[in-house]
Amino acid sequence: MTAAGLIFSNIHDQSTPELTRVRTMASVPFGGRYRLIDFALSNMVNSGITKVGLITHYNYQSLLDHIGTGKDWDLARRSGGIKILPPYITAYDNAAGQKLYASRLEALMGARDFITRCTEDCFVLSDCDIICNIDLNAVIEDHAKSGADVTFVTKCVDVTDMLISEQVGVISADADRNVTDFVMTKPTGEVNLYTNIMVVSRNYMMNVLADSVAHGYTSFFRDIISHSIGKANYRIYEYDGWYAYIGSLESYFACSMQLLTDEARNGLFYVKNRPILTKVRNSAPTKYSDGANVKNSLVADGCVIEGTVENSILFRGVKVGKGTVVKNSILMQDTYTGSDVSLNCVITDKNAVIRDGRTLSGHESLPFFIGKNGSV
Amino acid sequence: MIFRKKECVAMLLAGGQGSRLYALTTKTAKPAVRFGGKYRIIDFPLSNCVNSGIDTVGVLTQYQPLGLNEHIGNGLPWDLDRAFGGVTILPPYQGQKRADWYKGTANAIYQNLAFINRYDADYVLILSGDHIYKMDYDKMLDYHKEKGADCTIAVIDVPIEEASRFGIMSTNPDGSIYKFTEKPKNPDSTNASMGIYIFNRKKLQDYLEADEADPNSSNDFGKNIIPNMLAAGEKMFAYPFEGYWKDVGTISSLWEANMDLLGSKPILNLDDESWRIFARHSADGPQYVGAHASIENSYITEGCEIHGTVKNCVIGPGVKIKYGAYVEDSVLMGDLTVEAGATVKYAILDSGVTIGAGAIVGEDRASGAEIAVVGEGVTIDAGAKIAPGAMLSV
Repeated sequence: MTAAGLIFSNIHDQSTPELTRVRTMASVPFGGRYRLIDFALSNMVNSGITKVGLITHYNYQSLLDHIGTGKDWDLARRSGGIKILPPYITAYDNAAGQKLYASRLEALMGARDFITRCTEDCFVLSDCDIICNIDLNAVIEDHAKSGADVTFVTKCVDVTDMLISEQVGVISADADRNVTDFVMTKPTGEVNLYTNIMVVSRNYMMNVLADSVAHGYTSFFRDIISHSIGKANYRIYEYDGWYAYIGSLESYFACSMQLLTDEARNGLFYVKNRPILTKVRNSAPTKYSDGANVKNSLVADGCVIEGTVENSILFRGVKVGKGTVVKNSILMQDTYTGSDVSLNCVITDKNAVIRDGRTLSGHESLPFFIGKNGSV
Repeated sequence: MIFRKKECVAMLLAGGQGSRLYALTTKTAKPAVRFGGKYRIIDFPLSNCVNSGIDTVGVLTQYQPLGLNEHIGNGLPWDLDRAFGGVTILPPYQGQKRADWYKGTANAIYQNLAFINRYDADYVLILSGDHIYKMDYDKMLDYHKEKGADCTIAVIDVPIEEASRFGIMSTNPDGSIYKFTEKPKNPDSTNASMGIYIFNRKKLQDYLEADEADPNSSNDFGKNIIPNMLAAGEKMFAYPFEGYWKDVGTISSLWEANMDLLGSKPILNLDDESWRIFARHSADGPQYVGAHASIENSYITEGCEIHGTVKNCVIGPGVKIKYGAYVEDSVLMGDLTVEAGATVKYAILDSGVTIGAGAIVGEDRASGAEIAVVGEGVTIDAGAKIAPGAMLSV
C-alpha cells in the first residue's frame, strides 16, 4: 500500500502560546537541534513516504526557512517531495469576509487539490505536537491488512503527569481493535491516548471531503468521526515506543528533560536505520574550555562552554560564560550568557542574551521563559 | 556571471595515497581522512572554493576512492549540486588510444583538459587535498589578474630552519619569481609553495601538452611544469598568504593540527560565521554528557555519549566513552567506543575502533612517548596494553 503524508503545522499552537508567539507549532525548537516537525517528517521519510503536503496556517515564515527545498529530508524531488500548502483564500472570498480555515476539516478542504492529485492508496496525517520515532510502515501495513477506513495510532499512557492544558483525543476500542468511542476530553489516569497520527484510505478521504462540502461540516472529529463510529471501519494501532506530547510550556519543559534519560534517547535518536533528520546548520563541534564542568546534559554542536552546565539542554551555538552556572534549563539556539550568570529552570528562546552577573530562576512547574531576542 | 561559462575552474588533486599517514590511509584516500571532529581534510579546499565564489570543481581521484566518492556525492553539503558546474569526480579513465593511471599531478590535469575546456574557463586553480587552511582564492585571482601573470603560486612564510622541507620561491621585490627550488639544502628564501596555483588556461594547456610529449618527464607540477615555465621566462608571481596553513601529511602534523583547534584562543578557529567549513553530516542526536563525566579543553561533535573523563581531545561524531574511561591528548575520529575503565593517552583512534574495558593505549605525552595510532575497525581486547608509537591496522 502506497502512502502520502499530510502534516498540520499549526494545530494545537494555542497550547504553548509562549513558544508559538513567533512561529508555528511545527517550528518549535526541541531536543537541542530539532524543530518539532522534524519528528513527523523523519518518521514519514524513514517509512518510505516521499510525498508530503505541509499544511500551514499563519506565522509560518520560520517554518519555510527551516524546510527550504526539503533537501535535508531528501524531499527535494522532481516528483513528489515536500509541498507547502498555505491557506487558500481567493480575492473574492476575502472581499466576502471569508476567514482563514479554523479547523482540521477546513484545512483539509483547503488542501483538496493536493489530496485529489495524490494517487497513493492512503494518507498518513500527523500533527507536530508529538515526539516519537515510529515505524509508520507497520501502521500502514496494519491498515491495509484490516481494510480500515481510518487507523488511529494510540498510545496507552498515564496522563496524570503529562501536564496537558487542552482537550485531547481519547479512544476506546474492543478486543479486535475496532473503535467503540472517540472523545475529546481532559482525561486523568491511564487512557488510550490518540497520538494525532492517523492513516486514512484515499477513497474514504475523498468521500469525507465531498460529504463535508455537501453538508457544510466543519469539524473532523465532531461532524465526521464521532458520527461514524460503528458505521465506518475505524481501528486503532497501539504504538508502544517512547512518546512525548507537548501540551503546555510545562510539559514542553518536562518532555525536554526526559531526553536526559537513556530510555528517551535510545527510543528517539538511536533507533537503527531511522535517524531523525533536521536542517543542517554547519556549526563547528562544541568546545569545552579548561573550566568547563558539564554533567547530565544534552549539548548540540557549535556551543562554547566555559562554565558549569547541569541537567540542561543546550541548542546549537549557545555560549556559556566563565563562572556561569546553568541548571535544569533549556537554552535555545544562539543564547548567550555572560560570565557569573546563574540560571535555574529557565527556558530561553532563540538569540536570548543574559548579561554578566544576572540570576534567574523559575520552577519546574512554571519555568522562567525569555522570549526570542530577549535580553536580561 | 555568464551561465554557460566559468571564469575560473578549480581542479582538486585528491588521488594521493598519503602513505605517511600509514594506518589511517590503508582504506581511505588522504583527502577523506577525518579532521577536527566532523570534517574531512577535503572539506577545507572545497569550502574555500565555494566561499571564494568558485562553483565548478573537478576532484581528481585515484587511490581508494570509495569513501571520498561517498563523501562528495552530488556536492550537496557545499552547495555544489549545480545545473551547470558544481563538483565532478574525475577518476582515471580508458580512452580510445590509451588507458593510463594518473602518472603525476600534471598528467592528471592533462587527462582532464576536456573538463576545463567544457566550461570555457579563463583561469585554472590547482589545489591539493592535504592541507588545512582557510583562504579566499578570489583575492589570489585578483592578484593574478592585476599582475598580468601567466602563473601565480601561493606562498607562505615559513621559519628558515623548516624551509628545506618545502618548494622555495625566490622573488623580486614586485613579487615575480626568479628561482624555484624543490626542498633546497640551503634555502635563500622563506617563501614556501603551498601547492596552490592559478594558471591562465591556454598557457597551462600548452605546457601540459609539451610535458606529455616529453618521455623523460615525471609529469609533476613542482618538478616539471613550474621549472619549465620559469626557464621559458613566463610571467610567474608569488602570492603571499598570511594565516593558518598546515600540511597534515604526517601522523604528528595531523595530531598537531587537530590540537590547534583547542585552547581559549585557538590558532585555527572553525566557529567562524564569515568563513564556514561545510561538511557532510551524519544525522546524529545531540551529544550527551553523563552525570559522572568530566570534559576539559576539548572539541566534541554530535552523536557522542560521554560518561568518562576527556582532556585535551578532538572527538568526532558517534563516539561512546563509557564510565570510568580516561582519554587525554588524543584525536578520536568518530563512530568508535572506548569501554569502561580503558585509558587512552596521546593517541589517534580511527573510526570503527573499539578499545576494550580496562585496556591501555599509549602513554603520557609528557613522558616523551610517540603517538599511538589505532586504524579503522581495529578492536583492542579488554585489558590489553598498546605501546606508544604503535601503528595498528586490520
